[in-house]
Amino acid sequence: MGWDFLPSALDLARFQFAFTIAFHFLFPAFTIGLASFLAVLEGLWLWTKRDVYLDLFRYWLKVFAIAFAMGVVSGVVMSYQIGTNWSVFADRTGNVLGPVMGYEVLTAFFLEAGFLGIMLFGLQRVGKGLHFTATCLVAVGTLISAFWILSANSWMQTPGGFSIDADGRFMPEDWWAIVFNASFPYRFVHTVTAAYLTTAFIVGAVGAWHLLYDRRNERTRTMFSMAMWMAAIVAPIQILIGDAHGLNTLEHQPQKVAAMEGHWERQRGAPLIILGHPDMEREETRVWLEIPKASALILTHELDGETPGLKDFPANERPTNVPLVFWAFRVMVGLGSAMAAVGVVSLLLRWRGRLYDSRWFHRIALLMGPSGLIAVTAGWITTEAGRQPFTVYGLLRTADSVAPLAAPAVGASLLAFIVVYFIVFGAGIWFLFRLFGHAPYPAESGPRQDEPIRTSGITPAPGIRHAGHGD
Amino acid sequence: MPATATEGEHVVEFYLPLIWAILIATAVFLYVCMDGFDLGLGILFPWFRHKDDRDVMVNSVAPMWDGNETWLVLGGAGLFAVFPLAYATIFPALYMPLILMLLALIFRGVSFEMRFKAHNERAQTWWDRAFCWGSYVAGFCQGICLGALVQGIRVENRAYAGGWWDWLTPFSLLTGVALVVGYALLGACWLIWRTEGPLAARARHMARRLGVATLGFIVVVSMIMPFQQSAFAARWFTLPWLALAAPVPILVALFTWRFFRAIDFTETREAQAAHDPTGRSFRWRDGAPFLYVLGWFFLSYTGLGISLWPNIVPPSISIWQAAASPASQLFLLVGASVLIPIILTYTAYVYWLFRGKVRVGEGYH
Ligand code: HDD
Ligand code: HEM
Ligand code: HEM
Repeated sequence: MGWDFLPSALDLARFQFAFTIAFHFLFPAFTIGLASFLAVLEGLWLWTKRDVYLDLFRYWLKVFAIAFAMGVVSGVVMSYQIGTNWSVFADRTGNVLGPVMGYEVLTAFFLEAGFLGIMLFGLQRVGKGLHFTATCLVAVGTLISAFWILSANSWMQTPGGFSIDADGRFMPEDWWAIVFNASFPYRFVHTVTAAYLTTAFIVGAVGAWHLLYDRRNERTRTMFSMAMWMAAIVAPIQILIGDAHGLNTLEHQPQKVAAMEGHWERQRGAPLIILGHPDMEREETRVWLEIPKASALILTHELDGETPGLKDFPANERPTNVPLVFWAFRVMVGLGSAMAAVGVVSLLLRWRGRLYDSRWFHRIALLMGPSGLIAVTAGWITTEAGRQPFTVYGLLRTADSVAPLAAPAVGASLLAFIVVYFIVFGAGIWFLFRLFGHAPYPAESGPRQDEPIRTSGITPAPGIRHAGHGD
Repeated sequence: MPATATEGEHVVEFYLPLIWAILIATAVFLYVCMDGFDLGLGILFPWFRHKDDRDVMVNSVAPMWDGNETWLVLGGAGLFAVFPLAYATIFPALYMPLILMLLALIFRGVSFEMRFKAHNERAQTWWDRAFCWGSYVAGFCQGICLGALVQGIRVENRAYAGGWWDWLTPFSLLTGVALVVGYALLGACWLIWRTEGPLAARARHMARRLGVATLGFIVVVSMIMPFQQSAFAARWFTLPWLALAAPVPILVALFTWRFFRAIDFTETREAQAAHDPTGRSFRWRDGAPFLYVLGWFFLSYTGLGISLWPNIVPPSISIWQAAASPASQLFLLVGASVLIPIILTYTAYVYWLFRGKVRVGEGYH
């Protein structure tokens, strides 16, 4: 009826979901790591009594308040969107996924909202012990949040512990098997580690920026050093975890791995395609650079091991966008390797006592600032696009999950989301850059005392006087 | 419904959805009360043009407003968990107003913060506008959702079967406006409670007017409501419901009388305190108007519940038909019965930690 020029409601809903969740996840990816970093800084301060740590704590606390706030408002959208845009999915999976997400609200969101206020402003009001407890609770809250939501997502990838009733609904049979489904442990560890790396590289980049101007600021040196320790230790571990995650995926979602590798044929001793382009029409990959037998070695730990190819699977069960999966995977792995390299170089420089004097290295660290955010997004695109055309893997198709919506309605809301997100979060991110622009200074003030930072969390109102109660 | 069932299993199947219906209704009501007053402050912005006033208004809710909003998330996620069919039919039906509400809440949430960060006045004016409009749109959309829900949602084959403009009716527009006015009243009463001096005086002036307007809307909506669906009228005009409904007007009248008296009291109290700063202050009684308004809200909300009962998606889906399996409901109930009391405890602690009057330009300590 005149709306034919629009893409289908399904495509629009998919794009809207991908856009809003990718945006949402940028903030948790940063705040999960930052909350733990803040807990460490405060702990170090209480333990060593050195002011450097308190200054750094306050410096990053301001950043945290804003990033967290943006995570919250973009997250509220997610919890409603599953109902508005994916109602059939919601009806089918509600019995299983609903309680998992319900637990996230009860155990994580209220906890974070409750103690964030004390964490942000309560230092003078509640005493050091309780304040440190609040910081730790917020950090734990972000991890609990990741636990539940990743459990829900992993269940969609590798469903377990359920039966299907006459209406086609998934019914819970075994909660343990649902929550701790086959891919969940891997996905949880890999994602939390990713969040820590994301934070490390942002902190490192801010440190590097200020080192370029002033190498003697002790606070800058400390944060740069801490970030580089994190990179050196965690980036290599992340590669190992990623490898384990991939093996798990090979077991449960072989077509996704075939798409990641760009392999169409089942074969022995498959080469590792470093660069190339999977051509979906001709069902083959143009190879530009490859290492013989390496893929077989990584995936089967044998030079002549057998690996699956996309043609093993009927065309309507293969990932719908193979080049996207293939390329996103290379972006993630490439950045992961670069991070590990930065970590190794930092160790060498440290050993030779030149960590704070190597300007070229500071420039590299600065450039690597957004690497975590990009790698995380690329990783999620690999995971989610590789799971298509299903929302519940092998059981519920994306095309059958969507709500009965009119395309113009979804088109309008998508447009509105894009405009609003760019305006609102653009302003927030711009403000974060302004904060990064100031080096941490002695007796750093923390969130300014005459203004509230309250997009989230119950935070003490500045300007509240204890006027006493009653008479 | 298996009301007469004797088997244990049937008892569980009967009571679990009932318990959850009460819990979800409570979460939504807590949301309306708590986010209601902070949205109300944004709605009142046009009448408080001075920067100092606005700063105090925003500071007075700064400590709690995100915690308040989390109840909205619980309402959504809870519905998904325990009444998935309701979640899957109501949300697509209310697509436009819900998405608009979410966008408005984003604007409002972020401008809360940015209006203080803005480095020049022009920028601040824009963030103030975003805060104000965000509050209006969020409140109005919530009211529309309420009205549209009352009018009923067409469901076929476990899915929403209406169009994408069905929510737009004169009645839903009326409930939208009514809720905005009600939120503004809550906001004004909050200011009576948490501020003093000229700001509180203005709030009292506004509260009196808004009180009259809110009462008007309550009466009009209550009179139209029974005729929105035939089942409602049958319910309200027959025994035993009629007997149940009878005390409601009396209670409303009682609260109304107390409400206006309580406002007068705060006025005299403040005048006396200014005269004699050492005397008994009775400052805690400044919260009374707020509580009476909550009383109105509670009565209206109960009335709504009685109309809809036992449906969660009127006119066709009852709480038992929409319910998730007992296994799902039980699994979450175990956690909820431990966690909700804990959540209420620390929420109350934070409210208590930040009690007292908020004043202009006072640094936080
Ligand atoms: C800082 C971020 C980051 C870095 C450096 C890496 N990853 Fe990753 N990866 C993620 C962040 C991430 C992620 C965003 O967190 C994903 C998306 C879903 C998930 O479980 O983790 C992910 C998914 C993901 C998957 C998909 C699993 C699935 O869909 O079932 C595989 C196979 C790997 N990763 C493997 C690796 C390897 C071999 C890496 C070595 C360099 C690596 N990742 C580095
Ligand atoms: C519990 C958590 C999650 C749920 C329930 C979920 C659910 C979904 C659903 C229903 C779709 C629609 C299918 C489609 O668009 O093709 C989807 C697609 C997508 N999701 Fe997720 N997702 C989750 C986590 C994430 C996260 C954290 C990210 C990234 C930051 C993400 C990124 C994407 C992307 C990029 C797509 C589009 C893929 C495509 O269309 O090819 N998802 N997801
Ligand atoms: C469909 C997927 C998702 C939904 C429905 C969702 C929902 C939400 C909601 C409603 C909030 C706001 C909570 C509040 O009011 O305090 C939030 C924030 C948050 N979410 Fe998500 N979320 C999703 C994906 C994810 C994923 C995949 C992760 C982590 C791995 C995550 C981690 C967090 C964290 C840590 C916060 C706290 C705010 C912050 O740190 O920025 N979320 N989310």
